[in-house]
Amino acid sequence: MERTAAGVLTMSAPTLRPPPRPGLTEPAAVRVLLTSVALLFLVAFLFVPLAFIFVEALRQGWGAYVAAINEPGARAAIWLTLLVAALTVPANALFGLTAAWAVTKFDFRGKRLLTTLIDLPFAVSPVVAGLVFVQLFGRRGWFGPWLFEHDIKIIFALPGIVLATIFVSFPFVARELIAVMEASGREEEEAAGLLGANGWQTFMRVTLPNIKWALLSGVILCTARALGEFGAVSVVSGRIRGETTTVPIHVEILYNEYAFQASFAVASLLAVVAVVTLVLQTVVERRSRQTGAGAAEAAVQA
Amino acid sequence: MIDVRNVTRSFGAFHAIRNISLSVPKGQFLALLGPSGSGKTTLLRIIAGLDRADQGAVFIGGRDATAEGARGRNVGFVFQHYALFRHMSVFENVAFGMRVKPRATRPSEARIRARVDELLRLVQLDFLAGRLPSQLSGGQRQRVALARALAVEPAVLLLDEPFGALDAKVRQELRTWLRRLHDEIGLTSVFVTHDQEEALELADRVVVFNGGVIEQDGTPAEVVDHPASPFVATFIGRVNVFHGRIESGKARFGALEVDHPTPEHSEMRAEGYTRPHELDVTREDVGGGLWATLAHASPAGAFVKMDLTGPDGKLLHVEIAREQFDELAVLQGERVYVRPRRMRVFARAEE
Repeated sequence: MERTAAGVLTMSAPTLRPPPRPGLTEPAAVRVLLTSVALLFLVAFLFVPLAFIFVEALRQGWGAYVAAINEPGARAAIWLTLLVAALTVPANALFGLTAAWAVTKFDFRGKRLLTTLIDLPFAVSPVVAGLVFVQLFGRRGWFGPWLFEHDIKIIFALPGIVLATIFVSFPFVARELIAVMEASGREEEEAAGLLGANGWQTFMRVTLPNIKWALLSGVILCTARALGEFGAVSVVSGRIRGETTTVPIHVEILYNEYAFQASFAVASLLAVVAVVTLVLQTVVERRSRQTGAGAAEAAVQA
Repeated sequence: MIDVRNVTRSFGAFHAIRNISLSVPKGQFLALLGPSGSGKTTLLRIIAGLDRADQGAVFIGGRDATAEGARGRNVGFVFQHYALFRHMSVFENVAFGMRVKPRATRPSEARIRARVDELLRLVQLDFLAGRLPSQLSGGQRQRVALARALAVEPAVLLLDEPFGALDAKVRQELRTWLRRLHDEIGLTSVFVTHDQEEALELADRVVVFNGGVIEQDGTPAEVVDHPASPFVATFIGRVNVFHGRIESGKARFGALEVDHPTPEHSEMRAEGYTRPHELDVTREDVGGGLWATLAHASPAGAFVKMDLTGPDGKLLHVEIAREQFDELAVLQGERVYVRPRRMRVFARAEE
């Protein structure tokens, strides 16, 4: 841990790190104690549960594992989850881009309010968010009668699940982009305009290359959340087996039916998604820090 | 070439510029000079189309450009911090303006290459074409920004604090270089600066801004020798200020007396401004002068800068030739007499 912490410090502020002064270092015993406490904590709360998922999933062998995932209910859940993510992520990438563009490149009334609202989905419990959608589009909700008349199903169907997922995973892309776009300012876009570029050319040739790593990072986090969302989806989906159950809900249903091995087998898929997300995120962050460092250096020299 | 007519712009309650009119003839190199917040950058951005005037019009090349955005105005603009496209090479930065042209008017790839090479040679950076902006020094970035602005063959060139972000030595070099470049290509240019030395050395014409209005508009010599207002007198160059009164055709500042013809027998408060090199220093009292003691003298090349303490304890800055100083042979604490050869007097209405 100590090494990692020191490593991070060196990367972000190489000149600020004071030389180690022997008189001020903690005694060896204290250092060992602190390090082991931190490590123990990590092992107990992160590593053991993760490993436990795979151990339980494979308890009855590889065959049972594959069977649990290949079972029709599980397959339907996997497809539904992928479909929801495929609809949610592009929508949120687009919303995030527009919101970030509006907030950072223009001044308008209510801008601060909008910036605060973007974080709302993080502040609201997903279950509450789900209930809001039920209240809006459900059979007895505000738009319910009208939707029923026109034979449009939102709640307990795919549109409701997508809406709820969009809501809970909205802030990821917007937040990442706002941070980067705010730091880089408007001058490059102004310069492009003065050189004759239209809005689209400016976006494609100037803005997008500057924000691509932040965008990718936001998309990765958004995808992870979309694949793993439980609370909001659980409320709006109605849990119709094989129809509106996503992977996290399927896991819970199996568990409640005492099908522990099958439950953990399906859960292991989500665990894999989590690990892959972490790896991708680390890679992207490193890349974006490199380009970001270049920009910061440019700003300092300027 | 550029015609600004009655332009006004406010940001909320703050009046950045008020009813400014300004005309820049073809080929002129004009400086907008003023302290920060005086409105000079706002005016430059309005000319460029990066900001809109609340009232008034902007003509460029005889064409009314008021309603047009930055895109249609055909102006070259160099930002204070250059705003180079950080992910593009120097070459691509310069080529950008040509690449984004509509297909019908876009030059061929070979033409673009030739033009970029030519421009990079002009700014003496052809050997850095493949570098990224982050790999360049400040002065090099500045010149890339200039080449990029020139690539679209603008009708006018606008520069916002073009040397503000550079260190002193590079600034001096680039200044000389930019003046030569201007004389070579003869492009109508307007630059914004808060550095009076820069404005006086570089520009054909200096427009002094303060509080959103033009204080004075003239050649560098006019602005220095005939400041139109107390603000211009103090803002440009070092100056000694005297406070006194005007009585029956004479301005009196303690023992100092200067003719100042006034209509009728009006009495007013007066402020007198004299530059350090316009003060004569003698050992004997020849009348009409002030006495002062030498506080400090620093020989700087052919001139000596002296700080004198006047009768009222205020410091006077004097600059005299080295030979004169040697002739005076005055020591610290010794008394001398000071008389202005020239003084500009501004009357202030009595409160």
